[in-house]
Amino acid sequence: MVDLFFTFLKIGLFTFGGGYAMIPLIENACVTKKEWITHEEMMEITVIAESTPGPIAINCATYVGLKKKGIRGAVAATLGVVLPSFLIILLISFFLDRFLEIKWVASAFKGIKIAVGILIIDAAVRMIVKMKKNVLPVIVLAVAFVAMMLINVFALRVSTIVLMLSAAFAGLSVYLIKRRKEKEVSK
Amino acid sequence: MILLELLLGFLEIGCFSFGGAYGAIPLIREVVLSYGWIEEEKLSYMIAVSESTPGPIMVNMATYIGSTKAGVPGALIATFAVILPAFLIVVLLTLLLKNLVKKPAVQSMMGPLKACVAGVILATGAYMILMNCVGSFVKASVDVAAILLAVALAAVYYGSRKILKKGMSPILLICLAGIAGVLIYGWQ
Repeated sequence: MVDLFFTFLKIGLFTFGGGYAMIPLIENACVTKKEWITHEEMMEITVIAESTPGPIAINCATYVGLKKKGIRGAVAATLGVVLPSFLIILLISFFLDRFLEIKWVASAFKGIKIAVGILIIDAAVRMIVKMKKNVLPVIVLAVAFVAMMLINVFALRVSTIVLMLSAAFAGLSVYLIKRRKEKEVSK
Repeated sequence: MILLELLLGFLEIGCFSFGGAYGAIPLIREVVLSYGWIEEEKLSYMIAVSESTPGPIMVNMATYIGSTKAGVPGALIATFAVILPAFLIVVLLTLLLKNLVKKPAVQSMMGPLKACVAGVILATGAYMILMNCVGSFVKASVDVAAILLAVALAAVYYGSRKILKKGMSPILLICLAGIAGVLIYGWQ
């Protein structure tokens, strides 16, 4: 338990760049060093983390903790991975506003805003590269992009949740139609 | 009241944020702006701070917004809310529904869902850069320096991948952009 907590505390403290950056570290700590889970289990949790909502690091920590020590282990690992960033950000939040009133800091952040835009686009590009290029995903990608652009530009009150649910529904419909056709053929 | 809003808002984010932190950014932006918690400007500063500090980006954003709106209790509640859905879903899936994720019907939804998330992220990033370079639809203001900076940063970021095997880190890009910002927009 204590070991779980401190291992994930260390992972939480030393990974910059969010969840995806954590996966290799978690693998190194939990599979190679501590042998808490197997490589196959690690692959499985990566798939689960990608298919479920929420921060990927949380998904992984919860899973490893659960495998090792049940619910209490899951809580210990999750708390461990969250605690460092919680404390650091809490500290920053107390003085960021005053910090931004300094002229050169404000200028720096004007430049940084553009870098953030590039990082966000890059995240999307990496997802698109990994994507299977079938007809349906490509159409969904294009429709989602155009819809989101329109929502942003005209400040429409349409939630991205609606877009995501529609996409999932489209996928399920296509799957069900295909399956029915296959059944008819086999009859 | 603000605590309840934080709880509900971040539960919503925690429940629907597929595709890791960047996948959550469009939704965080939407929720944060609709509640009027912080301005659009601040949000992109916050993304940079979250990227440059350790830990999950989504958790960092929740902690920051919670703290600025309602102090330490706000930070605790927002962070708790953003984590809870992920925690419960993994516990449920591992203990009860082991093979649910692998079912073809579930997998058939994942492809389009991920494609949708990618499209939404792409549009969000593109819109953020557009806003900084040519202003919004309502208030156009062309900023030539910002356009040049965007092109230069993109060239450096993608160029570094051609030269170095792993490319430059996002933090280095943020630092370079910060220095460029000071040089362009002045320090006094």
